[in-house]
Amino acid sequence: MRVLVTGATSLLGESVAERLRARGDVVRTFQRSQGPPGFDQFLGDVADPAAVTSAMAGVDAVIHIAARVGVTGSWDEFEKSNIDGTANLLAAARAEQVGRFVHISSPSVAHHGEPLVGAGAGPADPDKARGHYARSKAHAELLALRDSSESFPVLVLRPHLIWGPGDTQLIGRIVSRAREGRLATVGSGAALIDTTYISNATDAVVAGLDKAPELEGRVLVVTNGQPRPVSELIERIVRAAGLEPPAVKVPYRVARIGGLAVEKMWDRVEREDDPPMTSFLAEQLATAHWFDQRETRQALAWEPAVTLEEGFTRLEEWFAQRT
Amino acid sequence: MSSRTQPAALPPSGLPGLDPFWSRLVTAVDSEGVERTWHVLDNGVEDAEITLLCVHGNPTWSYLWRKLLSGAPSGVRVVAVDHLDMGYSERTGTLRRMQQRIDDLAVAADALDIRGPVVIVAHDWGGPISLGWAAGHREQLAGIVLMNTAVHQPAGSPAPTLIRMARSKSVLGPLSVRTSGFLKGTLRLTSNRPSRPVREAYLAPYQSAARRPAIGAFVADIPLEEDHPSRPALSMVTEALNEMTDVPTLLLWGSADPVFSDLYLRDLQSRLPQAEAHRFAKASHLLPEDVDIASPIFEWLSGFDTDPDPGGVRTDRPSMWAAIERRRHDPEPAVAEMDGTEVTRSVSFAELADDVGKTARGLSASGVRRGDRVALLVPPGIDLTVCLYACWRMGAVVVVVDAGLGAGGMTRALKSAAPDYVIGINKALAAARSMRWPGKRIAVEPLGRSRRGALGVWASLDEIKNRGADVAEPPEPDADDAALVVFTSGATGPAKGVTYRHHQAQANRDALAEVYDIGPDDRLVAAFGPFALYGPALGITSVVPDMEVTSPGTLTATALAGAAAAVDATMVFASPAALKNVVATAGDLTPALRSALGKTRKLMSAGAPVPAELLREVARLVPNADLHTPYGMTEVLPVADITLRELEEVGIGDGVCVGFPAPGVEIAISALDGDGAATGDLVNAANVVGEVCIKAPHAKDEYDRLWITQHASAEPGGWHRSGDVGHLDDTGRLWIEGRLFHIMKTAHGIVTPVAIEHAVEALPGVGMAAAVGVGPAGTQQVVVAAVPDEPVRRPRVADAELAATVRRAVAVDVAAVLLVPELPVDKRHNSKIDRTRVAEWAERVLAGGRVGRI
Repeated sequence: MRVLVTGATSLLGESVAERLRARGDVVRTFQRSQGPPGFDQFLGDVADPAAVTSAMAGVDAVIHIAARVGVTGSWDEFEKSNIDGTANLLAAARAEQVGRFVHISSPSVAHHGEPLVGAGAGPADPDKARGHYARSKAHAELLALRDSSESFPVLVLRPHLIWGPGDTQLIGRIVSRAREGRLATVGSGAALIDTTYISNATDAVVAGLDKAPELEGRVLVVTNGQPRPVSELIERIVRAAGLEPPAVKVPYRVARIGGLAVEKMWDRVEREDDPPMTSFLAEQLATAHWFDQRETRQALAWEPAVTLEEGFTRLEEWFAQRT
Repeated sequence: MSSRTQPAALPPSGLPGLDPFWSRLVTAVDSEGVERTWHVLDNGVEDAEITLLCVHGNPTWSYLWRKLLSGAPSGVRVVAVDHLDMGYSERTGTLRRMQQRIDDLAVAADALDIRGPVVIVAHDWGGPISLGWAAGHREQLAGIVLMNTAVHQPAGSPAPTLIRMARSKSVLGPLSVRTSGFLKGTLRLTSNRPSRPVREAYLAPYQSAARRPAIGAFVADIPLEEDHPSRPALSMVTEALNEMTDVPTLLLWGSADPVFSDLYLRDLQSRLPQAEAHRFAKASHLLPEDVDIASPIFEWLSGFDTDPDPGGVRTDRPSMWAAIERRRHDPEPAVAEMDGTEVTRSVSFAELADDVGKTARGLSASGVRRGDRVALLVPPGIDLTVCLYACWRMGAVVVVVDAGLGAGGMTRALKSAAPDYVIGINKALAAARSMRWPGKRIAVEPLGRSRRGALGVWASLDEIKNRGADVAEPPEPDADDAALVVFTSGATGPAKGVTYRHHQAQANRDALAEVYDIGPDDRLVAAFGPFALYGPALGITSVVPDMEVTSPGTLTATALAGAAAAVDATMVFASPAALKNVVATAGDLTPALRSALGKTRKLMSAGAPVPAELLREVARLVPNADLHTPYGMTEVLPVADITLRELEEVGIGDGVCVGFPAPGVEIAISALDGDGAATGDLVNAANVVGEVCIKAPHAKDEYDRLWITQHASAEPGGWHRSGDVGHLDDTGRLWIEGRLFHIMKTAHGIVTPVAIEHAVEALPGVGMAAAVGVGPAGTQQVVVAAVPDEPVRRPRVADAELAATVRRAVAVDVAAVLLVPELPVDKRHNSKIDRTRVAEWAERVLAGGRVGRI
């Protein structure tokens, strides 16, 4: 299969591209900056229709991973990358009569702030999704599903909190905060959070690519199916990096109100770096987010091969090699 | 105001739960030759196998029965009639008394062309009216279902205050007719207030005073007085019940009803002794709005075709008092009481036989009848023994309520058992008075006149014995007569009454004798409640050690050994909590006391799972004894038995090994389905995980006035579903893995808690542990709550290292390990974890909610 992978500089993008190549698919990558070596590489922005069209030429399948992430930035930026970018890819893929399209989304598109306890994949809802990222991804997912048909099958996968060696998002941020002494436990630290080890997410995406025609129009949340209390997750990550877990505990209300204030200030001074706390982050850290994986595992005929315990061991080894 | 007559009408559309298709008007000529029109609900089933004829009371209408119409299985016709002048039936402008209403029902039923067998279903004053119809239609009558109704004011009881109030002239008119107060008051007689649309549906046919005259007339027609015009009709109904004792009957009762209280349930049960009864402790008068009545009624109907369980061949056994009788000239001690290491009181078998005889005759002479219930609120010892065997001898049913249930639990238990008499120590009688426990009070302890008055004492035990000095022997009860009501520990919900007949109590005694090889030369130290009672029935000497009955953990090594020395004991029965303290206080034992314990040949630790480590420590105190742990429950004990040696041989597995079935006990497993429900057929194959089902001659007769619970527990008939989950191993030994309610339904299948808890409790630094599921069934995550040896002040998430240790010790993925200061346990055994409560707490905390306390 000739597969176009967008966002190949991300943890998931690079991993998926390499897995596909290893099994014999012809992989073309598309990203803004220099991506991993050894691929048929197209540089460009998904928001640029011409660049997207040229990258799409001759491919059989698309895995759309590229997205603007994070908690800072203006709505316009999120809209451009996540909504317009997805629309461009969908239009180009249909024009090229691509046979399958795997759209990588996020469980946050269906989350309104309530605890998610063994939750299924609810409908994406831009009006209620929290923050620019989730709202723009919700719009994008709806676009993808709207275009899905038997002749142009779209499968939406929503992996939750992907992590692993080399991850600059979740792991990188937690570790750098811990190094700076800026990490605190919000609330009791007991909220159960689902995460996904990188190679399991990769396996799921590849399984999704293979099964996209029969799973046309479906939306599946992907996780390790091993939720853990948030404080334990943070402790494991921080210890894997050879650091001590946070001793500071911040009550949830304080963190949320503090987060609101910080967001306002960051907005006003137009800072681009991550604020120490946002109300969204406080909420994320203090309410449960875990999912019912039965439907996903059955539909994809996939099981996570790497347990969280094994994943943390690999993470620890990776940190150890770097020092 | 319009005229006093109004034609019948159809209800407006849109009343919740009411299908307009059911409503129709039926016209027929009444017994006075006048054409009348009724509104009826009729599901219109043709060629029905059976018809439910549903009759409402005052001031409701056939809307009361809507869930019977909507839930009816195929072949069941359900017809509900609005009385004339009620609901949507015609307003006749006449006064219709009870006999007239009985006749009206017959006319309406004829007009409905009801053929084949009929089950009457009635509530409130629909009861006597439908029974009046039943009396005239015995050939059609197939069954009776009654809810919160009455056919008689039990002798000496005041008429329900509410009815009296409603009937007083100053209240009657204004309350029941001119305003809708009586109507709205009735709708308040619920424990779960119906939704507003449902309340409005009840009020809908009674919107104006002109629509309501019958509500007042109904109340006025209650024949409280001897010369009331409806008295003969009610008397006819009451008498007719004598001819209906062969009709299958189901009594469903809201016991929080201030109008038709439990007193009326008892009255109906005494008139219809064949009746199955279910008492909903928290439900009120408007029962069909408080609980699901449709499911039990249809379940009960479905049993009409099945033959009753034939039962096995029953062995004839000696009576419970036979051993006392046999030793009536024997000066050997029968029961002794202790204060520390001193015997404070003791009776010989001769004295016991004499005392039991006098008390039995005295109770009988005092008016206690065979079948009356007598609650014994007396701590284990001589007085309790005398009362127990005296009651059994004269045919009274003994109610035993464990003080460990606490005041609230005892009140609920006694209200449900409804004893006719309470024999108690002064403390218990004071509680009986202040908490209004039912039953005439009999004092065990001597007391002065003023105290006697203050406690409302009906008689003293001494007076009763004196009355029994020179009167005739009462006849002996039959082996089939009820003997005993005991209560479950309430570890998993409110304590349930469990009844035993004499033959079941006898079988229980004989099972114990056989399992533990108890012979005439044995002498028993009974530090565990239930067995303190059986010594005399086994014909052996027994002694109760000095301990606080409600708190087994107060038993010291010295008290236990002192009791053993006093009777030269060969056997000890104690609970794990008691043994724990015995081990802890073993250092205080003198050499003489140590040697007294050394003579014990058997020690039984009963009531809850016993950690092997504790048993090993106990074994050092009783070096010559076999250590046994019986497995069983209030409903059947013993089920199985295991010795410490066997326990060590089999080791740890999926759960706790409780040994081979006791003699006479059959064990089978009902496998769990994917939803965790025990739906499998009973099998005795090895390694099938499911609900443990038990059949034994010494199993319970039934749950007391809990027909629904009983019916569900005895499926298939003759078996007892224990609610425990376990399996049989290849050798036929039984393993217990947890409670059915406590299994975890994960994405990878069913997970049982006990094996996880044992693995965690075996880790260094961890005391007690509970394994529970959080999240939706089918995708639950396993969570462990553990009490660390180093106490925590408030619950918190375990650090990653301990969590990792727990995960390595356990075969399934554990989402979270929570450290807690303590775990909720039952009062009686102090060891059965209330995992339901732990799960609810964990669910909240792990969702990000308030930590608080479990």
